Amino acid sequence: MRNPILTGAVLLAVGVSVAIAQSMNGAGATFPSLIYQKWFDEYHKLNKDVQVNYQAVGSGAGVKQLTEGTVDFGASDKPMTDAELKALKTPAFHFPTVMGAVVATYNLPGVTKELKLSPAALAGIYMGTVTKWNDKLISGDNPGVKLPGDEIVVVHRSDASGTTFIFTDYMAKVSPDWQKKVGTNSAVSWPVGIGGQGNEGVTALVKQTPSSIGYVELAFAVKNNMGYASLKNQAGEFVKPSFQSVTEAAAGAAANMPADFRVSITNAPGKGSYPISSFTWLLIPNHFADAAKQKAIKAFLKWMLADGQKYATGLYYAPLPKTVIAKELAQIDMIK
Amino acid sequence: MATSTVPETQTIRSKAKAGDLIARFVVLAFAILILILAILAVGELWRSSGPSREKFGFGFLRSAAWNPVTEDFGALPFIYGTIVTSVLALVISVPLSVGAAIFLSELAPAGVSDALTFLIELLAAIPSVIYGLLALFTIVPLMRTTIEPFLKTHFGFLPLFRGYALGVGLLTASIVLSIMTIPFIISVSRESLLAVPREMREAALALGATRWETTWQVVVPYAKLGISGSIFLGLARALGETMAVTMVIGNDPAIHGSLVYGLFPIPNLLASGSTIATVIASQFSEATGSVYPASLVELGLVLFLLTVIINAFARLMIVATTGKGSKRP
Repeated sequence: MRNPILTGAVLLAVGVSVAIAQSMNGAGATFPSLIYQKWFDEYHKLNKDVQVNYQAVGSGAGVKQLTEGTVDFGASDKPMTDAELKALKTPAFHFPTVMGAVVATYNLPGVTKELKLSPAALAGIYMGTVTKWNDKLISGDNPGVKLPGDEIVVVHRSDASGTTFIFTDYMAKVSPDWQKKVGTNSAVSWPVGIGGQGNEGVTALVKQTPSSIGYVELAFAVKNNMGYASLKNQAGEFVKPSFQSVTEAAAGAAANMPADFRVSITNAPGKGSYPISSFTWLLIPNHFADAAKQKAIKAFLKWMLADGQKYATGLYYAPLPKTVIAKELAQIDMIK
Repeated sequence: MATSTVPETQTIRSKAKAGDLIARFVVLAFAILILILAILAVGELWRSSGPSREKFGFGFLRSAAWNPVTEDFGALPFIYGTIVTSVLALVISVPLSVGAAIFLSELAPAGVSDALTFLIELLAAIPSVIYGLLALFTIVPLMRTTIEPFLKTHFGFLPLFRGYALGVGLLTASIVLSIMTIPFIISVSRESLLAVPREMREAALALGATRWETTWQVVVPYAKLGISGSIFLGLARALGETMAVTMVIGNDPAIHGSLVYGLFPIPNLLASGSTIATVIASQFSEATGSVYPASLVELGLVLFLLTVIINAFARLMIVATTGKGSKRP
């Protein structure tokens, strides 16, 4: 080698690749990407030989990359469908990691008291059947609040997103009309309203447009000091969205949790549970050809379920309830 | 004629020919490479849109459905949104930009012209997401509180300005697009106006034409081709613009308009809409299944065809008006 700099660079590269024994690649959901980056950083500090790269490309793209085998694991805000699971070469497990919620945020000048909304009112607004703020469906739940007679400007997401999936999943559960006419997906054919790009876009539109309502992730609403409505849950009580009430929802759903964790926890039963809550999942193949990789991923999952959870609330995610963690630990042992 | 000199000149000529030939092949290869890239791009779009083409056929172009739940997709609302916003953007930006270019090249002092041109070219370098954010926080509130209510009260009898003043919509998107295309049109138009030979101006002035007559009847027609080129460039940017548009257009995959005499479709410019580029950018990463992503790819194919058709149409217009086509004047 004639070029000393090049020689040095090559040696350095070899040295680095030796130092990191295990490098893994994942791709998927953007919503949990903040805590995933934090976890992978922290875990790398504890275990210098494990390096995980995570690309926040979106849930759909994450599932696609996992199916094509270009990544070691995927991540998604919605459980994979049976058809998607069937398309995988190596079957995959779902591991709930943290939870999030979707809140209804509104801009009503002159209304200072926090709004309470029933599922029927929220579904009506988004179906276009409730068009004015002083509709009986809204005012009935808000005695003492002087609601204007203005037209409601409905704002939804224009991009396909996990947030929309969770929101429409809830709508379909509480409104047969919604189930029949609109359905559940990461993007739907909206009966009414204007679309904003991302949580930021929806927030900007709601903040600027008087008499509007939109839905955004709880983490986003908390970080941006936005007002949001309390929703009536299955138990009939109005619950303010918070990390506590989201974890409560998961605990309520844990009793009937299917073994593969593919479950929607929207409209969950139980006292104090916020109805538009959801898990986000890591999608881990059930078999690794590379034994070292398998060992590394299992060790990481165990750490994530124990020490990793304490990073959740600081980054505005709701931690998993203990009952779910216990079930997940059992699933880790099934990775071969 | 001295026969002895012929072989000598021939060798010189053949040497020069060899060099010419090599140069010719190299540039030909580059030109073909571009063609191959274009063909590969279309081929890949064609291949990846397979599931959608099989399911919908040509009905895809006529259908106004966009329902990811039932996997029923159509391109019509997006074609509509793309054409309306691009054309309206040019209607706003072309007179402004060509006027500015004439000022910069003919009337402004050289120093002022250069300084302004530098600033205008800086505008062209601003990423579109920045334009989008600026629009979302400045133009949208302005449209909602001032411009749209004004249009509604004074021109509300026209079907163009109906519905709510939401601030977002086709009109806002067109205004943002026009702002984004202005720098392109100004800088290319100015260059082509400056390229008009001095003699042309002098000749016109010598014949007794005023400054304005010289500019409007001699210089501008001479630079017509370059100006049209700048307009194409602006049109291309408007057709494909994504981020800035998606932030202000309202993203409603529907056609809001009315038919005049039940025949002529008139768009409602205050209503929200959606363009091909915006729907691809915002939905592709989360599109699951096979038909949904394939439909988005097919939209890309449609945009490609739309660009080709509009450009061909524009070129025909130049041929018709100048009789020169793409030949240099």
